Amino acid sequence: MDIYTHLFAPFADYGFMRRALVACFALALGSGPIGTFLVLRRMSLMGDAMSHAILPGAAIGFLIAGLSLWAMSLGGLIIGLAVALLAGLISRITDLREDASLAGFYLISLAAGVLIVSLRGSNVDLLHVLFGSILSVDNQALLLVASIASLTLITLALIYRPLVAECFDPGFLRAVAGRGSLYHVIFLILVVLNLVAGFQALGTLMAVGLMMLPAAAARFWAAEVWSLAALSIVMAFVSGWVGLLISYHFDLPSGPAIILTAGTFYLLSILLGRHGSIRARFFPGAHFHEH
Amino acid sequence: MSDTAPVLTLSDLTIAYDRQPAVHHLGGSFARGSLTAIVGPNGAGKSTLLKSIVGLLRPSEGRITLSGVKRSDIAYLPQQAEIDRSFPITVADTIALGHWRHVGIWRAVTGPRWKEVDAALEKVGLTGFGQHPIAKLSTGQFQRVLFARLLVQNAAVILLDEPFAAIDERTTADLMEIIAFWHAQGRTVIAVLHDMDEVKRHFPTTLLMARELVGWGATAEVLTDANLRRARALADAWAHLLKPHKHESAA
Repeated sequence: MDIYTHLFAPFADYGFMRRALVACFALALGSGPIGTFLVLRRMSLMGDAMSHAILPGAAIGFLIAGLSLWAMSLGGLIIGLAVALLAGLISRITDLREDASLAGFYLISLAAGVLIVSLRGSNVDLLHVLFGSILSVDNQALLLVASIASLTLITLALIYRPLVAECFDPGFLRAVAGRGSLYHVIFLILVVLNLVAGFQALGTLMAVGLMMLPAAAARFWAAEVWSLAALSIVMAFVSGWVGLLISYHFDLPSGPAIILTAGTFYLLSILLGRHGSIRARFFPGAHFHEH
Repeated sequence: MSDTAPVLTLSDLTIAYDRQPAVHHLGGSFARGSLTAIVGPNGAGKSTLLKSIVGLLRPSEGRITLSGVKRSDIAYLPQQAEIDRSFPITVADTIALGHWRHVGIWRAVTGPRWKEVDAALEKVGLTGFGQHPIAKLSTGQFQRVLFARLLVQNAAVILLDEPFAAIDERTTADLMEIIAFWHAQGRTVIAVLHDMDEVKRHFPTTLLMARELVGWGATAEVLTDANLRRARALADAWAHLLKPHKHESAA
């Protein structure tokens, strides 16, 4: 009875908690695999930079249409993609490396976004855009997040093989299948789409948290792409669930509670994980032969 | 096994990075079934040449003509440095990528094709390693895996970029046997190599280059002291002419 009260009752009793939980589940389904590929492609920081790049787009949407789900999502999507492609282009036509180029764009985006929101909105609006509010996710937002998750999983299934090959041995893929950059661009679109989905619930600053933390943590436990993705989904979902409960029981903001739960998984994985963790490196038990 | 019919012809080929030529007006042809070593000083454009043959780089001038083979009949072994060896993939899955020409993006790798993967594993001396993650392999073992993938690719033309770099002697000898086997089957094999003794021992034909052509023909006639001196002098001259830049490592 007590367990039920603590773990399940809040979701049974309140519609907004249920919607938040479903939103987390949908987010986990899309963001888990995307985060996995970001980690494998050594693009973890890029996810972070891109999430900030969404801000000015969402802010322009806000400027035009107020707190409209569709205007802010569309704005975020367009500007996010533009920044991703521009950063890639700049690093190709100049001597600047892609990470430095992204860092430049991300700082400009963040500043521009905050400025644009403040042109019309209040601090409350700014907080909403920056940190989201998963507890006020309505059915429309839920539909958007679920659609993006479905689209992500279907697309990933369709391009799984070339995406893996491109990640692992790009020269081979381009030699056997022609242009690998097509898959890279499709993947970038998926990254931005999932960040837009996450931004509904967690805001632009933390949307990337549910994407990167479970994926980075999974690296310490799983040894194949599919199992990494599956584990990321599970950890992202459990982070959402536990985070929402912590937020409910202790009256804490939900976004940080969710991300910090994912962060706890990450830290525990660094310490205790099966592959390459501190425990596996320095205290290898009888079951683990690392070398 | 080779006849004189060309399988690959380079016509006045120039490949440039940022308008700086890595390969300069190179011309000649690889005979069908030939076994050719590409040698030259560092930065001579050897890897660049292979990359442009596979289609990874576009020539800025001149062209590459394939005769009687399609682009998909060419298999390519990249340098190990260009592959992410920490990637979470098994040995068998890596080798199965060699079936790409048949299975493409969507089709499943079926039973008989997995048998080919097993056969290739056996041929490179890694029976039983199929389910190992590649991250656990030594450099030599990983090169064996890449050779197994080439075996599965079953291509008419095989390009190898420094196949023996940082590889132990035993593995080099085993892999050299596979190259000889391909040659005996009538496939065209082109390898970028550094070890001149190896080239002299195993490769009947040699292309010596230093961004431009120095010599191309029977190995003994190409690898003369005069030619090697000329290659070094050319490499130095080019190095003085061009300033270093970010793509140099790929040249």
